[in-house]
Amino acid sequence: MNPHRKIGDVILKAENISLSFGGVKALTNISLDVREHEICAIIGPNGAGKSSMLNVINGVYHPQEGRVSYKGHVRDSMHAHEAARHGIARTFQNIALFKGMSVLDNIMTGRNLKMHTNFLQQALYWGATQREEIRHRRKVEEIIDFLQIENIRKTPVGRLPYGLQKRVELGRALAAEPTLLLLDEPMAGMNVEEKQDMCRFILDVNDEFGTTIVLIEHDMGVVMDISDRVIVLDYGKKIGDGSPEEVRANPDVIAAYLGTSH
Amino acid sequence: MIYREAGQFKINYQSDSAILPIVQDRMFMIGLMVVSFLVIPVLGSDYFLAGILTPFLILSLAALGLNILTGYAGQLSLGSAAFMAVGAFATYNFMIRIPGIPLLLALVLGGLMAALVGILFGLPSLRIKGFYLAVATLAAQFFIEWALTKFGWFTNYSSSGVISAPEMQVFGIVIDSAAKKYLFTLAIVALLTLAAKNMVRSSLGRSWMAVRDMDVAAEVIGIPILKTKLLAFAISSFYCGIAGALWAFVLLGTVDPQAFDLHRSFQVLFMIIVGGVGSILGSYLGAAFIVLLPIVLNLIGQLFHGAISTQFLSNMEMMLFGGLIIFFLIVEPLGLARLWQIAKEKLRMWPFPH
Repeated sequence: MNPHRKIGDVILKAENISLSFGGVKALTNISLDVREHEICAIIGPNGAGKSSMLNVINGVYHPQEGRVSYKGHVRDSMHAHEAARHGIARTFQNIALFKGMSVLDNIMTGRNLKMHTNFLQQALYWGATQREEIRHRRKVEEIIDFLQIENIRKTPVGRLPYGLQKRVELGRALAAEPTLLLLDEPMAGMNVEEKQDMCRFILDVNDEFGTTIVLIEHDMGVVMDISDRVIVLDYGKKIGDGSPEEVRANPDVIAAYLGTSH
Repeated sequence: MIYREAGQFKINYQSDSAILPIVQDRMFMIGLMVVSFLVIPVLGSDYFLAGILTPFLILSLAALGLNILTGYAGQLSLGSAAFMAVGAFATYNFMIRIPGIPLLLALVLGGLMAALVGILFGLPSLRIKGFYLAVATLAAQFFIEWALTKFGWFTNYSSSGVISAPEMQVFGIVIDSAAKKYLFTLAIVALLTLAAKNMVRSSLGRSWMAVRDMDVAAEVIGIPILKTKLLAFAISSFYCGIAGALWAFVLLGTVDPQAFDLHRSFQVLFMIIVGGVGSILGSYLGAAFIVLLPIVLNLIGQLFHGAISTQFLSNMEMMLFGGLIIFFLIVEPLGLARLWQIAKEKLRMWPFPH
């Protein structure tokens, strides 16, 4: 394993998060830590609150109780675009690409926070805006290269098959050069080859850029192979947290997955 | 066969992100500009210039404004004519209340005033979407029409509410003939079109489309939703405002709230539906279509020498409009611009099937 990839200190800390929608409790008193450079998987049966947890981390949902701190920025309720500014990027369970735009434009949009020309400069285009566009284009091309999607860069994303759309979405998240990457079921609905490709990209991102990754995944083989740590949720409660081996041996986890009576 | 891009390699990102990356397109655009700036004003008859081309250009500009808001940023608006009216009346008031103000400055100020009103009526867009937002912009349409007729200050207390536009002068040249009016309009429309194209191909345009296509994802990326939407309202209204001022000053010669009624708003909306939502070219195609259709129908009517009554023709026009709008909504929601794009893709291969 790469020597650069050393698991560091805790950078993301969620404390006593409780979230409910009306009477439905999505998350109950959940605390979790994510350390720098680690790959942390969140698993659990359907409706366990995995996606809600990601939505709390990047500010789409605001929990009724508890707080999240990322790199020392403590917050009770933070808006999603502030989370983006702190370096949190994510992909969605149901692909949330900008359908009318090309692959290139989608990934360029991921760099929006790093672009600073105002609309008057953009209306003129020549000069500052053009320099900025070209500078970012170069970076975006590196990502396109990394994900091996050169041949489709000008294709509207709506015309791409599902697996490639997932890959473009990862590209859009990477374009922001995030320090924390949240992946919501990056491999759902993929065939074996596509899953292998996606695993390789995730490991490479973690390895080459040192990005901390939190992912939700149902494929246990994948989860146990690539994660440093696994957190298990069930009915909005945390029932397991540890290395893949520890989690596999945890009786609560086995019960939740095999459906033993509670 | 002629329309081939084979052998045109791009060796840097600058040429790859050019507005017209294909040589043939560039040649065509240069040719079009030369003809419209140099040939048409000399050869075109007054009727052709003042009766067809000038209204076509002004309506294209209004359609372009609405397309920025509806086509690119995805915010449906039924208030385009209201923003046109604000532009026209603001320009008029700047001209009569600040003596000696240059026409171009008054135009820009009028556009900015329309932009301000646009931001105001765009505020609800943070909370409401789609159909409900359309109704909120409809309120702008009725409110502004009402305010302009109710408060005499706007019309400088003219008894009829209709005011004739003051003389227009740019850099010492009086714009009086049809050719001069046409050139003045063409120059403004061409400049603003270039600016719009530049905006939609840089980060602002991408933010608009991101908000249109998937607003949650846009927010997660860090795009400030409200600011992006309001900027779309402002810029769109600026374009509509300039179009309204040109419509009143250059085309009609009078500033009249009746010229900017709900019917005009729908006309502009139909233009972008027929022409192409989310396409700059579409704004022009739609405007051309809607300006030319009645004229063509009229010509057809003349062919039959009174066998067809004018009343029948005007009814025919309404029916055709309605039919075509339904046709485009069902068959090709992206309009004429999309048909043109498909034609170009086919042309690249022609005469081979693949």
